Amino acid sequence: MNNVSAKDSVVIIGAGQAGLQVADSLRSEGFAGPITLLNGEAILPYQRPPLSKDYLGIDSPATALPLRGPDFFTTQDITLHPGAAAAVDTQARRVTLTDGSALDYTHLVFATGAANRQLPCPGADLPAVHALRTLFDAERLQAALATARKVVVIGAGFIGLEFAAAARARGVEVTVLEYAPRPMGRALSATASDWFAARHRSDGIDLRLNEGVTAIHTEGAGLSVESTAGSHYPADLVLYGVGVNARTELAEAAGLATDNGILVDSSLRTAVDGVLAIGDCASFPQAGTGARIRLESVQNATDHGRHAARSIMGQNTDYAQTPWFWSTQGRIRLQIAGISDPSDEPVVLGDPANGKFSIALLRDGVLAAVESINSPADHVAARKLVAASVALPMEVLSAPGFSLKNFAKTVLAVPA
Amino acid sequence: MPTITFTQPTGEATEIAVAEGTSLMRAAVTNGVEGIVGECGGQAMCATCHIYVRPEFADQLPPISDDEDEMLDCTTAERTDASRLGCQVKMTDQLSSIVVDVPSDQE
Ligand SMILES: Cc1cc2nc3c(=O)[nH]c(=O)nc-3n(C[C@H](O)[C@H](O)[C@H](O)COP(=O)(O)OP(=O)(O)OC[C@H]3O[C@@H](n4cnc5c(N)ncnc54)[C@H](O)[C@@H]3O)c2cc1C
Ligand code: FES
Repeated sequence: MNNVSAKDSVVIIGAGQAGLQVADSLRSEGFAGPITLLNGEAILPYQRPPLSKDYLGIDSPATALPLRGPDFFTTQDITLHPGAAAAVDTQARRVTLTDGSALDYTHLVFATGAANRQLPCPGADLPAVHALRTLFDAERLQAALATARKVVVIGAGFIGLEFAAAARARGVEVTVLEYAPRPMGRALSATASDWFAARHRSDGIDLRLNEGVTAIHTEGAGLSVESTAGSHYPADLVLYGVGVNARTELAEAAGLATDNGILVDSSLRTAVDGVLAIGDCASFPQAGTGARIRLESVQNATDHGRHAARSIMGQNTDYAQTPWFWSTQGRIRLQIAGISDPSDEPVVLGDPANGKFSIALLRDGVLAAVESINSPADHVAARKLVAASVALPMEVLSAPGFSLKNFAKTVLAVPA
Repeated sequence: MPTITFTQPTGEATEIAVAEGTSLMRAAVTNGVEGIVGECGGQAMCATCHIYVRPEFADQLPPISDDEDEMLDCTTAERTDASRLGCQVKMTDQLSSIVVDVPSDQE
């Protein structure tokens, strides 16, 4: 039933990291029919991660980094369409665009990404209050940062802290308000999260945990951020990063099942024939456990893109790539392999005091995840070890001189 | 403007003129040079911008940092003495007319 025919066509909604990858991989897998990539805007698709890193530095690159060069679309015969999808009819296999035109498809891929959660407090719509998701956001923020002297960051997640560290490196006074007891608490082990909190504080960031925002007021020429502790923090720029929601509206309206993401099976297909979902917008079963997860990372978007191309080509394999992620916060480079769980047993490798170490997270005697701080060699080995679900006894792991790199060399019998 | 020549495994060469300060990765991705992906946006986190620098330019290159060195151990194509991460080599006047080879596999 899934055999791809020469008459097949593919429509991809969303020309982000995932959408571009599935288009690219379809061609390298030999798909010969028409591919239309709906971009929703008239600019060349670009990479988001630099927007909260390089792009905010003093000598930031003047232009966004594209996902593919401009010639890619002509040489690969992929139509990059500036239109946005407004509705999908899965019976007729037709996408209607906001300009009223329509596209027919054999295979449809939702790669609609995620949207920033709004800040639910009065004053959130004031002009000096910023969010960061698009190039447009980054350009506004970069301009505002050039003259800012005091900033308040709401939310100590990855984007909030990347921005905070970039602003601090420019000599700006930075206060971070976080409702939860720990920064990046959803994604990091408590050990890593506590280390980051201490490190950001020693770099001069005023990190306030267990403290949320209640309102943002205008005060003179600037702003004043009122917190749940009753404090008022003056600021000339506020950035919030309080999480994202998967963009599922279009899929829901088309009758697809969603629950914190568009629901797909292990081949990244939805329950509706010919429709797939990938990247930030997709909720998929985790390899091994089958538990549903939705990830927001470049690795997830590109590996989903490659896998979905193979599913469209008629292969029925289970998606089982090991997740990995990175974040750069000032001079701190974090790399994560696998997905940790609060019940994992943490073992510190190396010396946190000198800022170069890893945290190995054991689950039932198996290496489930590794968080590496300024330790790429550990991360490279960890990706292979986590992928192989290697048993790692505590006495081996905690022996003096244990190195993930050497361990990987021994147990995987390939150079790590 | 300094130029970079990217040579593909097929022998096909592309010469690109770039502003000083531009990394080899950014030049390649912006101009659609095949075989250079740059998935992490230039953070030395992904190793998909792996290139081989021709030996005659070796002594003009910036030194390899520990981070780059460790990430070079996870390139898809084999690491050699000529291996660099394209995102960590920025163009300067000294590097003008540099020639690099693109590996056969990057992902
Ligand atoms: C500032 C920032 C920093 C980040 N840093 C990192 C990092 O360091 N490491 C990391 O791994 N990840 C990072 N990420 C996350 C990473 O960028 C995302 O996980 C990745 O881009 C997801 O790819 P995607 O294709 O699923 O979604 P997106 O890249 O968001 O693309 C979705 C696209 O679909 C379009 N679209 C939506 N609806 C429609 C429609 N109806 N019609 C047409 N088009 C539509 C959207 O406009 C968008 O362009 C960062 C993200 C941001 C915003
Ligand atoms: S672009 Fe990722 S390592 Fe160079």
